[in-house]
Amino acid sequence: MSEQSGILQGVGVGRGAVWGPVATVRPAPAVPDNEPVPADPAAAKEKVLAAFSDVAAGLLAQAKEARATVADVLKATAQMADDSALRTQTLQRIDKGEPPLHALVAVIDSFAVMFTAAGGYLAERVTDLNSVRDRVVARYLGLPEPGVPPLEWPSIIVAPDLSPADTAALDLDKVLGIVIEQGGPTGHTAIIAGQLGLPCVVRATGASTLVDGDIIAIDAANGTVTLDPDGATRAAVETRRARLATLAEATGDGATADGHGVALLANIGTAEDAERLTDAAVEGVGLFRTEVLFLGAATAPTEDDQAAVYARALSAMGGRKVVLRTLDAGADKPLAFVTQPGEENPALGVRGFRLVRHAEGLIRTQLEAIARAAKQTGSNPWVMAPMIAIVEEARQFAAMAREAGIQTIGVMVEVPAAALRAKDILAEVDFVSLGTNDLAQYTMATDRLLGSLVDLLDAWQPAVLDLVAATAAAGVETGKPVGVCGESASDPIMALLLTGLGITSLSMSPSAVPAVRFALSKHSLETCRAIGVAARKAPTAAEARAAALALVDPQVREVLALG
Amino acid sequence: MSQRTVVIASRVGLHARPASLFTQAVAASGAQVTIGEPGGPTMDASSILMVMALGIGHGEEVVLESEDEGVLDQLVSLLETDLDAE
Repeated sequence: MSEQSGILQGVGVGRGAVWGPVATVRPAPAVPDNEPVPADPAAAKEKVLAAFSDVAAGLLAQAKEARATVADVLKATAQMADDSALRTQTLQRIDKGEPPLHALVAVIDSFAVMFTAAGGYLAERVTDLNSVRDRVVARYLGLPEPGVPPLEWPSIIVAPDLSPADTAALDLDKVLGIVIEQGGPTGHTAIIAGQLGLPCVVRATGASTLVDGDIIAIDAANGTVTLDPDGATRAAVETRRARLATLAEATGDGATADGHGVALLANIGTAEDAERLTDAAVEGVGLFRTEVLFLGAATAPTEDDQAAVYARALSAMGGRKVVLRTLDAGADKPLAFVTQPGEENPALGVRGFRLVRHAEGLIRTQLEAIARAAKQTGSNPWVMAPMIAIVEEARQFAAMAREAGIQTIGVMVEVPAAALRAKDILAEVDFVSLGTNDLAQYTMATDRLLGSLVDLLDAWQPAVLDLVAATAAAGVETGKPVGVCGESASDPIMALLLTGLGITSLSMSPSAVPAVRFALSKHSLETCRAIGVAARKAPTAAEARAAALALVDPQVREVLALG
Repeated sequence: MSQRTVVIASRVGLHARPASLFTQAVAASGAQVTIGEPGGPTMDASSILMVMALGIGHGEEVVLESEDEGVLDQLVSLLETDLDAE
């Protein structure tokens, strides 16, 4: 340890905690300042070309072993290492008498300058460019590949940042957690850590002072990294790990402490997602985003193709509840073959069920495919349409779905108009499901994709809570199910509030289920209702959350580290 | 030398996956192809770095040039498709 014992503050990802030895990621090799001009330029050029090819091949080999999400990024990085312009320009510089590695660095830098100037997506690719540079330099110098070292024992990975290639190379059996000095809570490393369920702290200022063999404790719930943790800190970490592990073992149906059932469901996008849930402790699928099938296709998938996919998903869930949402295209999910070009304001344009206005056949075909898959698998999927604003749309969808032979028909409530008139909507259908992300977007007049306005999109905003409450109340009054399938269902405090309002099911990413199940099991329905009342009295989002949190059981607050 | 002008259909523009698919198609064709904005400098269309650096957005025009008409037709139809499957 290079500094006195202390605590580094960063931003946590997830709720986990862990302590263990540090393994630092190998730094990029330095290009020698006095690199000589090669005596034999032809041989030097061959050596550089070989280094490019080896690095590209190595990245492709890593891609084969990697999870699908990182494999794509690795392939893209390999393609950069294999790039014709990169090679040609490097060789040209060597021909002009530059030392080979200086030539390479200069060429990469010229691309990096262009990419940085362009900003946005291209600027983010500079990390990949630099990763190609470091790998080629190491290869040329005969040094070990920069990045994560082979781990001898379980360790906490510490780095300035991890490239996608680095994360792909992690030996997951030996990685306890991740600390990075840069990055952000929505960055690549954070997302991967979240998927893997690894405790992770990003933006941990001072992490670069850590060296191999230092012992640290990380607490993702509070975003802290403790150097040289004392016995008490280690014990607290162990306790939390054990408790979180216990939570993950619970498999019962979602219910409050007094036995009021709230179905805990998973959001999925593909039949493969459903197959991964075969043994998962979820009561079903609350949102099957079928548009994933359509995105990237040049033409609409045929009824046969669709029926096959739906049947796979339905049989994977083996009789558990499955709610399919019909095609939700438009806005941020355009489709080549239906989205009309030239909409000034696509989030307010022809999207979701509104497609019926010029592509009715597409929706009918999908409903036929679902009905066929249902018959084939002997299941009774629930089917709902997205982006319903008015009663007539709900009625039209219900008629179309009934004609196709669907038995349980619902619609999404994402538009404030539908939330305000939920009772009228529910008169037309069997159930509704709240999409809280879009509901917040449309209530707060705030683009979901605009990170700078994220505070306005908060599901705790009183106006959003009012619309959710109005919809839930309509469900209670009509005796019909009202689910939530937006992000907010995965927040344990919000889940209690939603339960108190009368929501009957919560659908979320599968990894969020254990914490929600645990929170529910520790509160009575009456407490959940009190949380709803307290939160709805608050005039601001922050006060609403604080009012709810004040009523949460202290043990739940501690175990889930809710602050 | 033949020329084609084509409007980029991919929503993300000629970046990421679309750029990757396009440059791979150029490389696989074996033909010499250049790409550029109308009136702008031309770049080697098989280089993903050059193609990305052009920063072509959705709905923008590019000019392709090659001796090989068949390859040009194939590349034009590729760029007229939304290649972003993510």
